[in-house]
Amino acid sequence: MGLKLEINNLSFSYNGYPALEGVTLELGPGEVLGIVGPNGSGKSTLLKCMNRILKTKQNTILIDGEDVRNIGLKKLAKLMGYVPQNSRNIFPFTVFDIVLMGRKPYIQWSLSEKDKEIVAQILEHLGIGNLAMRYFNELSGGEQQKVIIARALAQQPQILLLDEPTSSLDIRHQLEILCILRSLAQSKHCSVILSMHDLNLASRFSDTMVMIKKGCIFAVGNPESVITEENIETVYGIKSRVTKSVLGIPQVTPLESENNTIVNLLPPKIATKY
Amino acid sequence: MSTAAELKKLYSKGKSRKVLVIFSIFIALFITVLISVSLGAGSPRFNEAINVILNKIFPSLDFNPGSKITQIIILELRLPRIALAIIAGAGLAASGAVMQGVLRNPLVSSYILGISSAAGFGAALAIVFEVGILAQYSDYITIVNAFFFSFLAMLLVLGIARIRGITSETVILAGIAVSFLFSAMLSLIQFLAPEHEALRAVVFWLLGSFQKASWDNVLITIPIVSFTILLMMKQSWDLNVMSLGEDVATSLGVNSKRVLLTSMVLGTLATATIISFTGVIGFICLISPHLARMIIGSDHRFLLPCCTVIGACLLLASDTVARTVMPPVEFPVGIITSLLGVPFFIYILLSRRRQSWG
Repeated sequence: MGLKLEINNLSFSYNGYPALEGVTLELGPGEVLGIVGPNGSGKSTLLKCMNRILKTKQNTILIDGEDVRNIGLKKLAKLMGYVPQNSRNIFPFTVFDIVLMGRKPYIQWSLSEKDKEIVAQILEHLGIGNLAMRYFNELSGGEQQKVIIARALAQQPQILLLDEPTSSLDIRHQLEILCILRSLAQSKHCSVILSMHDLNLASRFSDTMVMIKKGCIFAVGNPESVITEENIETVYGIKSRVTKSVLGIPQVTPLESENNTIVNLLPPKIATKY
Repeated sequence: MSTAAELKKLYSKGKSRKVLVIFSIFIALFITVLISVSLGAGSPRFNEAINVILNKIFPSLDFNPGSKITQIIILELRLPRIALAIIAGAGLAASGAVMQGVLRNPLVSSYILGISSAAGFGAALAIVFEVGILAQYSDYITIVNAFFFSFLAMLLVLGIARIRGITSETVILAGIAVSFLFSAMLSLIQFLAPEHEALRAVVFWLLGSFQKASWDNVLITIPIVSFTILLMMKQSWDLNVMSLGEDVATSLGVNSKRVLLTSMVLGTLATATIISFTGVIGFICLISPHLARMIIGSDHRFLLPCCTVIGACLLLASDTVARTVMPPVEFPVGIITSLLGVPFFIYILLSRRRQSWG
């Protein structure tokens, strides 16, 4: 159960503009890897490279020792699920239909009973069974995100890639979705790789964190070693205070940006305190 | 909260409902055929028409074969025309659905992609200047020309799109450019056309008509069009997944570029085959997929069959009106499709609460 993912010296550029340079990473089964970094630092590109959406050089991404480029797209789809940053459908599909599409890599000619069974169980498990016959476009952002995750789960993947799965959600949905992912890693030994903006959430839910700066890995390790005041200042260019949260996990309070504007914009009460 | 077993049952129920919907549109098509065969210039009405047809199918049974003239009207004029209208409506509608689906754009039609204007250009070239590919077979010069230029347009579109990497955006933009190119050349031919008659023929061709329908045409179009429709239906799952976007399609194991290319080629093949025989019939390929989506949803496994039957039904009804409303004048079918289709479309659009795209 579970697969090992290796990334060896991965570089990628869009028409000559480098997006990733010399990224090397390793991830074991059942681990949750949180990728953080400023906008445009290459988080999404890294996820897309892993999944062959973007074409990489030979032998840079290996699953259990095998180059992803030698694994057929269809077989790869049975190993790896992908949840993109934003999902919008031009044409209306019901929730059941959308999740059923996750079975695509398994479908030969027509749907089997097993396909329907798996979809129904995933919907029930994620608590969105009541939405099954609703149209995807009519759901709220949080509900939509759960549906998209359900679709990725229908692929029965061993590795799950998620591009900012919580950025547009309220705190309840953020927690729910991250709990779903954690329990998936624990119970099914599925490796979960997610890019995130919220450093506090990332440090709370990741086993390992990677901080990316301009396409290069700046820091990698457990949340305590990655989320430090120095790292945040170098990578994001803001001064912050890192404290322990009530759960004993690093918690970031941003204070001041390089050009010192934030403090002037603080409500007067807090500004004097600072 | 619903349990997994209930969900499965709910899904199966929805599926049976869709099959039932498709079946009822089939019946509507059958009724349209019966009406169409009983109407038109010449005397034969419903009873005679049915008798002639049944006599032809079951010669051993005791059906009234009717007079010689009745037989010709029914068997040589009305039936091939009905058959061509059905296959044309079916093929155009299916192509429209596939192209809209694979390009993820509800406005795509054979006009947008340059196929129609290229066919028009080819036909005009043949009609006005009698210049054409394989010009020695003069009977078919218009048909061959229209077909050739439609395919040329598609190759141009795909060739241009390829330079920037084939995606739905590049294909659509290249299509618009190619469409304008061929429209301009078509206008140029019309402007330079030496005689009034040729110009009139070009305009008539551009509006589409089934006047020249014959069993020969039907026998050429039916195998090509039905084969392409079957291939399109075989791709239903790929098309469904493509509507989630090219990235997600790739992550679900679908080679999105290949699906895009195949769909474009199949769509063009069906459309070009049809319009080279009938002249440009627009609108059906734009409107039928929308009607079908409103009635049955976007799942291509059901959308394609539903859309195919709707297209056939609409085009047959339009052609029946076109040839019977003011005899002996025959309206170009393109005019009637829009006149009939638009109010119907708006009615369905307004009576549906649910948004069907966007």
